[in-house]
Amino acid sequence: MISSIVFIILFIAGSALFTLNVRKVRRNILLGKDMNRKDRFSERFKTMVLVALGQKKMFERPIPAILHLFLYVAFVITQIELIEIIYDGALSHHRAFRPMLGSFYTFLVSFIEILSVLAFIGTVAFLSRRNLLKVPRLVKSELNGWPKLDANLILIAEIVLICFIFMMNGADEVLYSRGLSHAQNLGDGSLGLAISSHLGPILFGGFDEHTLHIIERLGWWGHIMMVFGFLNYLPYSKHFHILLAFPNVFFSNLNKKGQFTNLESVTNEVKAMMDPSFTPPAIDPNVSLRFGAKDVTDLSWKQLLDSYTCTECGRCTSSCPANITGKLLSPRKIMMDTRDRLMEVGKNMDANKGQFKDDGKSLLGDYITPEELWACTSCNACVQECPVNIDPLSIIMDMRRFVVMEQSAAPTELNGMFTNIENNGAPWQFAQADRLNWKNE
Amino acid sequence: MSDVLVVPTMADYMAKGESPEILFWVGCAGSFDDRAKKITKAIVKILNHANVKFAVLGTEESCTGDPAKRAGNEFLFQMQAMTTISVLNGYDVKRIVTGCPHCFNTLKNEYPSLGGSYEVVHHTQLLQELLNTGRIKIEGGSFKGKKITFHDPCYLGRANDVYEAPRSVMVNLDAELLEMKRSKANGLCCGAGGAQMFKEAEKGTKEVNIERTEEALELNPDVIAVGCPFCNTMMTDGVKNFNKEQSVKVLDVAELIAQAKDL
Repeated sequence: MISSIVFIILFIAGSALFTLNVRKVRRNILLGKDMNRKDRFSERFKTMVLVALGQKKMFERPIPAILHLFLYVAFVITQIELIEIIYDGALSHHRAFRPMLGSFYTFLVSFIEILSVLAFIGTVAFLSRRNLLKVPRLVKSELNGWPKLDANLILIAEIVLICFIFMMNGADEVLYSRGLSHAQNLGDGSLGLAISSHLGPILFGGFDEHTLHIIERLGWWGHIMMVFGFLNYLPYSKHFHILLAFPNVFFSNLNKKGQFTNLESVTNEVKAMMDPSFTPPAIDPNVSLRFGAKDVTDLSWKQLLDSYTCTECGRCTSSCPANITGKLLSPRKIMMDTRDRLMEVGKNMDANKGQFKDDGKSLLGDYITPEELWACTSCNACVQECPVNIDPLSIIMDMRRFVVMEQSAAPTELNGMFTNIENNGAPWQFAQADRLNWKNE
Repeated sequence: MSDVLVVPTMADYMAKGESPEILFWVGCAGSFDDRAKKITKAIVKILNHANVKFAVLGTEESCTGDPAKRAGNEFLFQMQAMTTISVLNGYDVKRIVTGCPHCFNTLKNEYPSLGGSYEVVHHTQLLQELLNTGRIKIEGGSFKGKKITFHDPCYLGRANDVYEAPRSVMVNLDAELLEMKRSKANGLCCGAGGAQMFKEAEKGTKEVNIERTEEALELNPDVIAVGCPFCNTMMTDGVKNFNKEQSVKVLDVAELIAQAKDL
């Protein structure tokens, strides 16, 4: 009875806190500019099924893809067991679904156990890739400090969670075989769990009833506490991708990667310049008239969603020609900076009754430097690589636009190129009248 | 061997009251860069040989605005785009072939929302079409048995998902086609995109074109094939950097076809 009350309080508190955090993230994302990504539903849905659910782009690199698949499938399938845990917890039952589901229950929990073992292998492999093998993309400088700790914390939590599952199931197997489990005794002598029916006796066979019950409860409570803890850690962590990957892929850019947006505000100005009879549409006083992006609020909600979805895997950076050749640019850092600044803006709003108070900082300058922006070759390798369809290039381009059109701070050579195009319709100093000279040369 | 290039302009066609099948968009590099002009001529030779009714804009052509756009100057881009669109629409252009993936991408993807909708193909796509429809034929030729590796231009490949057209054209050369480790969707940029062509690279440990050329040279190719005048410059410079210009040629797919046919 008491345990039920404790559980229900924890459940409500955990869920409420999570909801609150998610609403904050949602508010932050919606600080971005409007953009229509609600068209082409079936194409979007198909992309989401293939890329997010089906992990299509992950398999470009098979080894991490398989390891990741272990964790991914284990995570998704374990949620089924969570239903029972919540049910049991709230009503003080023990393995309430077992008598109802019979052998299907044994199959399901066994399946989860096997996946947990695979996930354990995956997690250990991931920890070694980060900390022992030092895979280059996982030890780049932008990961120093919190990002590195964040990654390791999640992996360690994963291992602890798996240990709790086997404590719970293993001890219960031993208790059940002695007829002492709180689970309804069906007279079958074993819960029949694929791993725990073997592992349980090895690990816990020598313990007495009292100790076994403690281990079992420790596993059970540990498991559910980890779940609540994890849920509320997510919004502060790169690990939010487990939820955001789906909407992020759904709303991803379906046009050709080479097609950059045409700024509508510029179109209106250019039309007005070229055609005196053109009347530009009325200007919405609430919309910033800035060309390009200086801060996160100049970006679109999709670009901000991208930043929250990024799990800092670094596939983008490892394929970036600028980064490969030692330039300062790292597409992953662009995404991390965007999220860091967005969270800073969000905190600022929280501290000032929901209104942003100018802090004299901006994404451009305080987080991302022009040197990074100008190293980009716009080759789309980062966009191609991202397993969850994040588009770092669009942010780079929007910031270049600000640097060029608002600050007039393009590199000198580029200003020369602009002048040439303006004066003679080519990026070099050749006269337009000479354009066909090659014919007779 | 046809020595005389037949290069009619849109104005010529209009004066005759006719219109060509296709507009050949030469591009700034193709018009002015000495190396790229050779590619332009190779394309024209093939078009002449295949009796394609084409025209160029000649002195009416101007920059598509692509380098300005990639460099962040959206104003200049849209001014160029709208001027160009009024010229193209004035000639009622329906179909365009470009000698450059950057012009190709801009005309194809970024002009429609500004009022310029055309069917745009890259020259390797047109070559593929001419081969498929039997308007040009290649048998054997000077590249038979040679090792050729194709460097995917970013704005043809990743940007527009065109990977097969250049390869299916080169299959006709009876050459040994080799793939670099990073190819097609995973291809590495030559380093010229995003307006890098027009500025010095940022500080780093290596030039991008050197990284890419190294990768190509690992295959010991006779030819590094390209489909972009800027990639051509970058790869040519890369090959020179390794003092391999005598043994490794950097050639556009159009040049390969023109040379194989001894045009």
